[in-house]
Amino acid sequence: MLQTECVECGAVIEVPEDVMQGEILSCGDCGTELEVVEVEPLTLDLAPVEMEDWGE
Amino acid sequence: MRIGVLCSRVRVEEKLIFSAFEALGIEPLRLDEREIAARVGQYKPDVDVLLERSVGTVAGLVALQLFEAAGIRTINTYATSSTCADKIRTTLALARDGVPQPETEIALSGEAALEAIERLGYPVVLKPVMGSWGRLLARVNDRDSAEALIEHKEVLGGVNHQTFYVQEYIEKPSRDIRAFVIGDDTICAIYRTSPHWITNTARGGQASNCPVTPEIADLCRRAALAVSGGAGGVLAIDLLEDRTRGLLVCEVNHTMEFRNSIAPTGVDIPGRIVRYALQEVPA
Repeated sequence: MLQTECVECGAVIEVPEDVMQGEILSCGDCGTELEVVEVEPLTLDLAPVEMEDWGE
Repeated sequence: MRIGVLCSRVRVEEKLIFSAFEALGIEPLRLDEREIAARVGQYKPDVDVLLERSVGTVAGLVALQLFEAAGIRTINTYATSSTCADKIRTTLALARDGVPQPETEIALSGEAALEAIERLGYPVVLKPVMGSWGRLLARVNDRDSAEALIEHKEVLGGVNHQTFYVQEYIEKPSRDIRAFVIGDDTICAIYRTSPHWITNTARGGQASNCPVTPEIADLCRRAALAVSGGAGGVLAIDLLEDRTRGLLVCEVNHTMEFRNSIAPTGVDIPGRIVRYALQEVPA
């Protein structure tokens, strides 16, 4: 597992080794959704908020 | 040969699709629609086939047009995707080809919508013309609710909510059917069971295997061909079981989610999608 910090609350977040850019993680402490914006170096940012046209 | 996969948010489905490509020794080019800025007439993405998997419907549709303008084969095509993304166009396409569906009225003002609702009789379902995951679906049980909902849409809704899509409510048996079509072949289906009238798995519906009967296969094939101008594609067809009329097509999805459908059906849905994409590579 890789480790990084939540950009919202600073809690430690464990990330699987096979994480992909664009994946969404959830902070176990504050519940914020985080997007993996870069894998090397592992960089998280707040995930975009769901838009009205999102779906399948 | 180069396969492009367009996505920004990587859901379980996209991970499974990438894994399915990798299992065949193919590394697709990942494209993020947020990075597209295309000079019109000069945009030449370096792919032979694009599999569009954008979570954002509008961005996905714009990207499909750009890729098709560059001569790239797309899955699904813009014509198919834009039909599926728009419930009015879907309904018209199904009606044109005689595919059974719930009775539907389209109204262009709140006043006309109220008349349409009363004509269909309560309960009815109001749906946004563009929408997914069960978002903003409303079952309207009486005139008071209808008036309140219409007023809210008129006052608070954007321009897209001033077109009213009104559909009869089908008394279904606590479930609906989600069937998966690749090309024009119905490869598997699930029941989505829920005590709530909205049965989307995104809203908690439970998936279980639904055997693909000849009736389901035929109806889904007809629906897929109707929305795709006869071409077929990678599509998910939602069916409702009406007590007297049998199966009715409720909607067709063009960037389907399938994470909950692989285990109950035992069908390798991402593998089938990937093999279809490879077949579509121009010679």
